[in-house]
Parts: sequence; C-alpha cells; structure tokens
Amino acid sequence: MSTCRSIYAVAKRELVSYFDSPVAYVFIIIFLALNGFFTFMVSDFFARGQADLRPMFFWHPWLYLILVPAVGMRLWAEERRSGSMELLLTLPITAWQAIVAKFLAAWLFLALALALTFPMVITVCVLGDPDGGAIVSGYVGSLLLAGVYLAVSMAMSSLTRSQVVSFVCSVVVCLLLVLAGWPPVTGMFEKWAGRWLVDGVAAFSVMPHFEDMQRGVIDSRDVIYCASVIVFFLFFTAVVIRNRRRV
Amino acid sequence: MIKAEHLVKYFGPKLAVNDVSFTVGRGEVLGFLGPNGAGKSTSMRMITGFFAPSAGTVTIDGHDIVNDSIAAKACIGYLPENAPAYPEMTVQRFLNFMAAVRGLRGRAATEAVEKVIETCFLQSVRRQPIETLSKGFRHRTCFAQAILHDPPALVLDEPTDGLDPNQKHEMRNLIKRMGRSKAIILSTHILEEVDAVCSRVIIIDRGRLVFNGTPADLRGKSDLAGAVTARFLGQSANTVREAFRDQAAVARVVTISDEDGAAVLRFYPRGEAAGPPNLARLVAESAKSRGWLVDQLRTEEGALDAVFHALTASDTGAKEKEVAA
Ligand SMILES: Nc1ncnc2c1ncn2[C@@H]1O[C@H](COP(=O)(O)OP(=O)(O)OP(=O)(O)O)[C@@H](O)[C@H]1O
Ligand SMILES: [Mg+2]
Repeated sequence: MSTCRSIYAVAKRELVSYFDSPVAYVFIIIFLALNGFFTFMVSDFFARGQADLRPMFFWHPWLYLILVPAVGMRLWAEERRSGSMELLLTLPITAWQAIVAKFLAAWLFLALALALTFPMVITVCVLGDPDGGAIVSGYVGSLLLAGVYLAVSMAMSSLTRSQVVSFVCSVVVCLLLVLAGWPPVTGMFEKWAGRWLVDGVAAFSVMPHFEDMQRGVIDSRDVIYCASVIVFFLFFTAVVIRNRRRV
Repeated sequence: MIKAEHLVKYFGPKLAVNDVSFTVGRGEVLGFLGPNGAGKSTSMRMITGFFAPSAGTVTIDGHDIVNDSIAAKACIGYLPENAPAYPEMTVQRFLNFMAAVRGLRGRAATEAVEKVIETCFLQSVRRQPIETLSKGFRHRTCFAQAILHDPPALVLDEPTDGLDPNQKHEMRNLIKRMGRSKAIILSTHILEEVDAVCSRVIIIDRGRLVFNGTPADLRGKSDLAGAVTARFLGQSANTVREAFRDQAAVARVVTISDEDGAAVLRFYPRGEAAGPPNLARLVAESAKSRGWLVDQLRTEEGALDAVFHALTASDTGAKEKEVAA
C-alpha cells in the first residue's frame, strides 16, 4: 500500500476525531474570540488609521503559545494512555507515516481555525486599500509559526502519557523559542551577556523570522528556518517512539 | 507462518522474556499459558512488532518483523491485551478506519466491515461510541478489527476475557474454525480453553519456556494420567488392596473412599505394559476372576491444572514436591 494512502487514512481519522469531540468547537471559538479581543480592544485596530493586519498577527505568537499546545498535547499522550498506540504501531505503517499523518492533521486543523479569521481581511479591505502581499505573507508566517509550536507540542506529547505534563512542557519550550529572540528580552541580556552570545541564541528563536514575514517579505531563510525546526521536532518524536519500543 | 527464534526482552535490567523459540504453521492454534507476569503479552508484542526484541528474531511468512516490518505486519491480525480502541469513535467508523489503513478500499472495505460486524455480533452497537460500550462489546470490536482483513496469522491476547459464556463459546468455535486455515497464537488463563481450541500448548514461566507440546502431552505429564479408578461393590478396600499387592503392572493403590458396601480405589500404572487400556483391562479381569462386582471403571486423563501448577510453581522446592506427589 502506498505511503500517501496510509498517511491519508490516519490523518483523516485524526482530523475527524477532533470534530467528534467538543474540543474542536471550543478551540475555534476561543481562538476567534481572543483574536478579536486582542486585535480590536488591546491593539486599537481602528484608531491606527492604517489598513493592514499587523495588529492581529502581532498577537499570534502569544495566542498560539497557549492554544497550540492544547491541540498538540493529546497527539501521542492520549494514544499512550488509552493503549490505542499498540494498535496504531502494529498496523502495516511506519512510525514516520503515523507521525507525519498526525502532524498534518493537527496542522490542517490549525489552518482551518486561522482561515476563519477571514472577516478581518474583509474588514481591512472595506476600510481601506491594504497591501495584499503583506496580508498573504502575514498568514503564511502565522501558519508556519503554528507549525513550529505544533511540532514542539507533538514532541513533548510523545514523552508522556499525561496530557497535563505534555501541555506544560510544550508551553515552556515554545516560550523559550519565542523569548530567545524577542527584543525586550535580548536587550536585557545584552547588558551583561555579550552581544555574540545573545545573537547566537536569538538565531534559534522563532521571533525574528516571524517578524520578517509580518513586514511582507517571505524570505527563503525564514521558511527554511521554520521547516527545519518542524523536521527536527518530528525527528525527535520518531526517536522517542522508537526508543519506547526498544525500552 | 509465525516463527520466533531465541526471543529475549529486557526492561531495563529486568529480564521479561528469556530465550523463547517456537513456530506456528497454518492450521495450528497455539495456546500460550503462564502465570501473571510470565511474559506472554511481552512476547506477543514482540511478535506483532510493537516492541523490538532485545535479542532474537521474529519472522511472519518469511518477513522479518524488524527489517521488513510493513510486509510482516500486513500478515498479522492482532488483538492486544485489554482490547484498546479509539474511544471517541463509533464502532462502524473505527472499523472503516482500520479497513482503510489495511489498504482495503471501496466495495472490498464495505464488505469486509459488514462481514466482521456480523461475525462478531456488533449490529446492535455499530453507531455507538466505543467508550460507551460494555467491556464484552469493546472486546468484540477490537477482535473484529483483528480479523477484518482476513490475515493469515492471528495473535490474540486473552481473546475470551470479559465475554459472557455464550460469547465465549462462540469465540472458541470461531477460533477453531479459523484455525483450520490460519496460524493462530492465543494466550489464556482458562485451561479448558486450551483443550477446546488449541492444537499445541506453550507454557512460559518467568520468561522461560517450560513446556511445548500438544494438550494431550501436557496431560500426560500429570501422574494421574493413565491411572485407573474403579468401584468395587460389596468389598472392603483392604480386601481389594490385598488382591493387587503383587501385580507387576500396578505401582501403587490409593483408597479414595471405603464406605460399607462399596470401595473406590485408584491404581497407578507401572511400566509401558500398563499403559491404557491395559491397566483397566487387568483390573476388570482380576475382579471378574474373583467374582467381584465392578460398577465403575475409568482411565484418568490427567488434570491440566495440576500440571500447570507443577510446571510454574514459584520455588523449585515446591516444584519437585509437586512432581513427586
Ligand atoms: N513496558 C514495560 N516496562 C517495564 N516492565 C514491563 C513492561 N511491560 C511488561 N513488563 C514486565 O514484564 C513482565 C512480563 O509482563 P507481561 O505483561 O508480558 O506478562 P503476562 O504474561 O502477559 O501476564 P498477565 O497474565 O498478567 O497478562 C512483567 O514482570 C512486567 O512487569
Ligand atoms: Mg498479559
């Protein structure tokens, strides 16, 4: 049987199971509500007098910090707890196919939630004459950011059978990825840590890459950065799962 | 079909399975026996590719489970211990999913799912989420998943666990029927089940293989096997014992009961010549020549539980005592 077909079957099951439980609806509603709240209330979207979506994307690294681990925490922890992992991994599919399928399903779900922010796009189009390129690159950046967080959450989820532990670890690791390159934090450390060290650590952060894309440029380096972080954490997951089976 | 060679599994420093080898061909049903924690489930997890063995190899239909895992796993249907499933899915969707991952499509998938729903009596619960099913139904759903793709090899970890007596009976018949064309391994704690469905038995104790043979061989290990029990009317036990004192074929005689009017005695055989049915004939003829009336005469088959206990008793001192007794 072809690789694609088994990935498709597992991914479809995963995606359908989101919508079989209230998790999906709760997640989407909370995401849209918080997204609107931060954009309109906190960033004062209308008062800026500019037709772009930067006040919305600005909040995504922080919004995703809580919401993406909530989606990713169950990916393996739940399989482990309910024992269904034994079924999944004795099917004629490789662990890689299962990992990729689960990742794609969850990412697709996040993409769907993100796509539901489209009224924002309509609003700016009605109010002014926005830069279409910036909006597209903003969405691409946001989606890649969600992918990075999701890969981290999936890796943490493979380490434990407890969803709570998985959630907390994911939030912490994602937070590190963000803070390492966030100007207020880097500025603080520069005072005593030496510029090269701070820059070195910041190079691993997701923030500079995300901000680049918010400026309306999709640089191949930013995409490669996100892709390699995702691949790294998927690989990490594969190693954890393989070692669990060897014990 | 299923071939396990020198399987070893360590969990950290702990040795869970220690050098277990066996083969199961098509048309064979292999019963896996052993006390709790003996390593039955661990062995099965290695056979199905869930755990990688610490040492040793498993091949399914010539495919190595580690190096050629996709082809090997495609040949297996597996019912894990405790029958896990995706709790939020309905029975129907769960089976559809399993069919899809097994590479069944379109009509073939629909037909396969319909067939197992019927075989496993799941019609009444097909639209119910698995988490709301009773234990027996959950078990049957997971079993349905194992036979969905008509695999040539089946690995069943306690297949009758949690089933009601009717379903147990159905399940045994089903396994027996499938056992004519498939290679089946099943683990169980029910010794009668071994008798009812298995063509061969393996017993493991603390990770080690302690017996590999047919259920009849296993019985034969009991010293009760081949003994003859007879009831003599109108005789006292002492009279009868006296009469058999110097018989070469009789190792010893045990009095089971001796109430007025009837004595029940058990004769243990000595040597090949006393094998069934010779000992029974000897007892009957001796009684007849003396004019005694015998109204019950039976050659014992041996009790599986006694042999199981003797083979797996936890300290060797107790083990030797049991075997000698
Ligand atoms: N994942 C694991 N990590 C550590 N030890 C394990 C693990 N799985 C099993 N064991 C140990 O391996 C031994 C064999 O366990 P196994 O589950 O194979 O027993 P079993 O024969 O199936 O017992 P039962 O009849 O109770 O089902 C036990 O001592 C158990 O504690
Ligand atoms: Mg077990």
